[in-house]
Amino acid sequence: MSATDTVEKTMSPTHRRPKNRKRTPYSIFRTVMLVLIVAIFVGPLLWMLLSSFKTNVDIQNTSKAFIFEPILENYRAVIGDGGYLRFVFNSLWIAVGSTGLSLVIGVPAAYAMSRFSMQKSAMLVLMARIIPAISLLVPWFYVFANLGWVGSYGVMILSHMFILIPVSTYIMMSFFDSLPLELEEASLVDGLTPIGAFFRILLPLSVPGIATAGILSFIFSWNNFMFALVLTGRDTKTLPVAVFNFVSYASIDWGAIMAATVVMTLPIIVIALFLQKYIVSGLTAGATKG
Amino acid sequence: MAFVALLIGFPLGWTLYLSLTNAQGSVRSPFDFIGFENYGSVLADTDRFWPAAARTGVFTVGAVVLELIAGMGIALLLRRSFRGQKWVRVSILLPFVVTPVAVAMMWRLILEPNIGFANQFLGWFGIPAQPWLSSPETSLATLLLVDVWEFTPMVAIILLAGLTSLPDEPDEAARIDGASAWQRFWYVTLPLVRPVVIVAVVLRAIDALKTFDLLYVTKGQGGGSFNEAETLNIYVYGLNFQYNNFGVASAVLIIFFLMILAVMWLLTLRKKESDA
Repeated sequence: MSATDTVEKTMSPTHRRPKNRKRTPYSIFRTVMLVLIVAIFVGPLLWMLLSSFKTNVDIQNTSKAFIFEPILENYRAVIGDGGYLRFVFNSLWIAVGSTGLSLVIGVPAAYAMSRFSMQKSAMLVLMARIIPAISLLVPWFYVFANLGWVGSYGVMILSHMFILIPVSTYIMMSFFDSLPLELEEASLVDGLTPIGAFFRILLPLSVPGIATAGILSFIFSWNNFMFALVLTGRDTKTLPVAVFNFVSYASIDWGAIMAATVVMTLPIIVIALFLQKYIVSGLTAGATKG
Repeated sequence: MAFVALLIGFPLGWTLYLSLTNAQGSVRSPFDFIGFENYGSVLADTDRFWPAAARTGVFTVGAVVLELIAGMGIALLLRRSFRGQKWVRVSILLPFVVTPVAVAMMWRLILEPNIGFANQFLGWFGIPAQPWLSSPETSLATLLLVDVWEFTPMVAIILLAGLTSLPDEPDEAARIDGASAWQRFWYVTLPLVRPVVIVAVVLRAIDALKTFDLLYVTKGQGGGSFNEAETLNIYVYGLNFQYNNFGVASAVLIIFFLMILAVMWLLTLRKKESDA
């Protein structure tokens, strides 16, 4: 079972049952459960959104949980004087840079591992997923601090690559595994070099796989907190660290924090809404192979 | 592959080396080789290390078990097609793709004992207000619940991919033979989907062991004033970046890593068993 097959099946299982079925007790039970599930998982996020439009007085007032006068002050405060746009730029730059570089390294590596069945390397990639991020951070911090690199964009991009390369290699490996070997054999017979076959035949076919790896990598980098907490300086701070630092002041400005978290999560939610197919296939890559 | 070696070999080797030294203070200050002294003091530390290790275990096992049960329930509900299925799928995708720091902040507000919505909601049903994250006794359990909220959907989506790739025939054969819904699940579906269940368990266990963002954002350094939410990850972070105790932190890391490897080894043993 290949990754792409799974996605298609997960996405369109409509063939299973005829459309007009009777309301059995089970179907009613299921509808109730599904509504509950959606409420449980989306409700808190909606609460975050609601709170971002409340004054801090209204947030403190539990009788104004749902009925209140919406304001935009929180967003104005965050985007206006917080220097918040700077953090948005930092997050974006680091995420795009580390995702791009990870793909440049991860895609050919995955191809090599998939085609020349380098089992040992594959095991090492898996190891890289198992190792806690902090056990990379501790030694690398020591080195980076010694070199005086802490606080630069380069260090952030590099450190994110440590996480993203294994992720993208892993996803691409299961994608290449699903492409038939005959493709290259045919192109070799037709006179392409192995490198040419990779660039001209396989790469165009792997666009969905690369999109999957790229989207997941971007999300991982955008969401990363621990590395950014240690390795960013005043000017290179990313959004998660900026949001976290909001709290360190004496009183918690919940309205502004919620506005900041909404701004931070909006790109991710948009990606999830429009590209959910890729996220699901990335998550389940290799999972259904057993 | 050079980069794989660089990616894993160097950090591990360097950590191993540092763990045998008394490096601390500034990263530029000189240090001496002290053998296994750090390991001895860490393993004898019943004040911070062992409680943190126990919390890591409780948190991980609790998260994996609860998320597996709830995730399986959701996956079974979503297995058959229905109108609006796409929307349910998208909405359960959100909790685990949204930035963990945002999730932690959001729950901090919701679980705030006085102004949070959680206690207000419980109040509607006459349930007394809970202290949630503000009390040392309930902190870890509360964080476990937040983790269940965040990652049950991920488990559900992985299991769903496994369920939809199963053939229909065994289930139908069992139905014709008169098996109940529970029997069909327990004796037919579950054994077939078992490899995927194990993958989900492994992935979740790896991530749960490494949980950092949620704990650090809600409880801060040291996992709260009584270390009530301090796991090994938080403990190492504090040792290394708060106290600059690089040698000891490295020793804890190596021990932590060996523990993770042991768990993974046990799980893959189970997997091989089920494959055979």
